[in-house]
Amino acid sequence: MKIAVASGKGGTGKTMIATSLAASLAPGFVIHFLDCDVEAPNAHLFLNPELTGISPAVIAIPKIDPDLCIACGKCVNVCQYHALAMIQEKILVFSQLCHGCGSCALNCPVSAISEEEKIIGTLHQGKTKHGIMHYVGKLTISEPMASPIIHKLRKLPQTNPDITILDAPPGASCAVVSTVYDADFILLVTEPTPFGLHDLKQMLGIISQIGIPAGVIINRHGIGDKVVETFLTQTSIPIMMKIPYKHEIAIGLASGKVLTDFKPVYRRKFRALFEIIKAHIIADPGEP
Amino acid sequence: MIIMITSQGTTLKSKPNQIFGRSLMFIKYDTENDKWEAFMNPGVNEPGGASIAASQFVIDQQSSAVISGNFGPNAFRLLEAAGIQMWTFDPSCVSIEDVVNAYKKNQLTPFLQSRKN
Repeated sequence: MKIAVASGKGGTGKTMIATSLAASLAPGFVIHFLDCDVEAPNAHLFLNPELTGISPAVIAIPKIDPDLCIACGKCVNVCQYHALAMIQEKILVFSQLCHGCGSCALNCPVSAISEEEKIIGTLHQGKTKHGIMHYVGKLTISEPMASPIIHKLRKLPQTNPDITILDAPPGASCAVVSTVYDADFILLVTEPTPFGLHDLKQMLGIISQIGIPAGVIINRHGIGDKVVETFLTQTSIPIMMKIPYKHEIAIGLASGKVLTDFKPVYRRKFRALFEIIKAHIIADPGEP
Repeated sequence: MIIMITSQGTTLKSKPNQIFGRSLMFIKYDTENDKWEAFMNPGVNEPGGASIAASQFVIDQQSSAVISGNFGPNAFRLLEAAGIQMWTFDPSCVSIEDVVNAYKKNQLTPFLQSRKN
């Protein structure tokens, strides 16, 4: 079972929720935790895995052989990322825009395109003291493409766990879709402010298109206004948990602890949340 | 000579656009006969590589020069390699017409270097 934690707006508490869910389920289940926020991964600060395995995340970028190239422009036309352009019968490669999909080489009628390896980041794995297998991708600074490394990270685990928890990047862009697209359930963490609502709506738009059941957790409940709750009453999306805005929670998180470790009452709440998530998945398995 | 100007609208009265890659429109203007045409920028709604799609369009239109408010590093690399002159307009140009006149009077600023990628 795959549960993704996403938000739209950044800093709403995705990692707090994802690590708490993982830690409270770890005693009974084999858990894989995938930190897909590859631009700024931080779940390891809370789960403290011993990161042992490290491997480069490599994508294949095109290299054009000018002697073979017939300047037909097919590679430029098939590249949906605009990583290739043609001027005066010469192909230019913009490697930072390349996702490494290989379409250009596949479509070249004269096999003028070979592929060169480019390292865009690193993949790490290790076990936490909770017994969770922790996987994290780190994008190299100045590399702009998060999606390819997320795809590599998703393929890293060699075994099948009971539950995979996917900690998504903030925003509502390709990188988020690459994280959540095949989840069985998406937990959306928001805060009760107009900004939280605005980005929550963007995420709900994406989710309704990919057809995955979802629920909302309102974090920092008590600040802001009622806009999120009022909006959700007009939808079929349930509010699954409210976490109050409390100084003691901020202190615990700032000291690098998992919420369910310094506030054990939340362990039971997160286990109950998991049961509700399971019921939702059974009731609404989403698109095949 | 064909020049392309980034535009916020579809006519010569439209405001020029400060942005190149995500400009909504291009006005293609032929300085020989004063004929012009408006085009949607194929890059405007692309999730990535907007400036490259826009540059490729400018190149494919056989333009000799392109005028905008600024050019990013990818657009600069491509347009420079294609030998297309890049120019920027100043705030006194409030319409495409103004930009065209400023170009004809050689009052635009050549854009010679983009910020580092």
